[in-house]
Amino acid sequence: MSRRPLVRECPPTTWYFRQPRYLRYMSREITSVFVGAYCVLLVVGLQRLSAGPAAWEAFLLGLRSADSIVFHLLALAAAVYHATTWFNATQKAMPIQIGEDFVPGNVISGAHYVAWAVLSVVILYLAGVF
Amino acid sequence: MAKSHKPVVWFPFAAGGTVIAFFIPVIVVLTFLAALGHIPAGLSYERMHALAGNGLGKLIIFGVVALSLWSSAHRLRCTCYDFGVRADTLVATVLYVVAIVGSLLSAMYLLQI
Repeated sequence: MSRRPLVRECPPTTWYFRQPRYLRYMSREITSVFVGAYCVLLVVGLQRLSAGPAAWEAFLLGLRSADSIVFHLLALAAAVYHATTWFNATQKAMPIQIGEDFVPGNVISGAHYVAWAVLSVVILYLAGVF
Repeated sequence: MAKSHKPVVWFPFAAGGTVIAFFIPVIVVLTFLAALGHIPAGLSYERMHALAGNGLGKLIIFGVVALSLWSSAHRLRCTCYDFGVRADTLVATVLYVVAIVGSLLSAMYLLQI
C-alpha cells in the first residue's frame, strides 16, 4: 500500500484572497514596489548631485510634476506602512528578557516609535523644513 | 554542519528593513516638498554637496541607499513569488544584480563628489 503525502491545493496567484490576514500580508508586500522604485530615484539623485549644480537644480525641478506628486504620495504611504508594521513586529522578533520577566512588547515597539519620531524631526530640522 | 548562504542575503535585508523604516519616510517627505515646489533649504546644491563631500556623510548616504536597495530587492523577490511568479532563480538574479549595480553606482557617484 502506498502512502502519498497530502498536497493541499493552493492557487499560486489568488491564494491571498482566502483570508483577511493573507491580504494584509500581501498589502505589506506591495509596499516594496514603491520603496524599491524610490530607492532607484535616490540613486538617480546621487548621479545628478555628482554631475554639478545645474544637473542637481534640474533634478529638483524635474520632481515638480503631477506624476511625481502622485508617486511621492504612494511612496510615502508605502514607507510609513512599512515602518509601522516593522516596528510593530520588533516586539515579536526581538523580545527582551530581564531576569525572569520579559519586557512588555508595547515598550519595545513604543521605544522604536519614539526613536523614529525623534530621528524624523531632527532630519526635518537639519534640512531646514522648520 | 549544513551550510547555507541565506544569512548573507538575510542580514542586509533585516538591516535594510530597519534603515527603510527609520529613514525613508522622512526622506520621501523632503523630496515630496520639492515636488510640491517648496524645496527645503537642506536640499540646495551647496548643502547637499557639503553633506556628500564629507566622509561621514558619504558613509551615511551609502549605507541608507545600499541597504534600502538590497532590502527592497529581497522583498520584491518574495513579492514576485507570492504573486505566482515562480521563476525564482531568474527573479532573484535580476533583482540582486540591480541592487548590487545600484549600490556600486552610488558608491562611485559619492566618490566623485
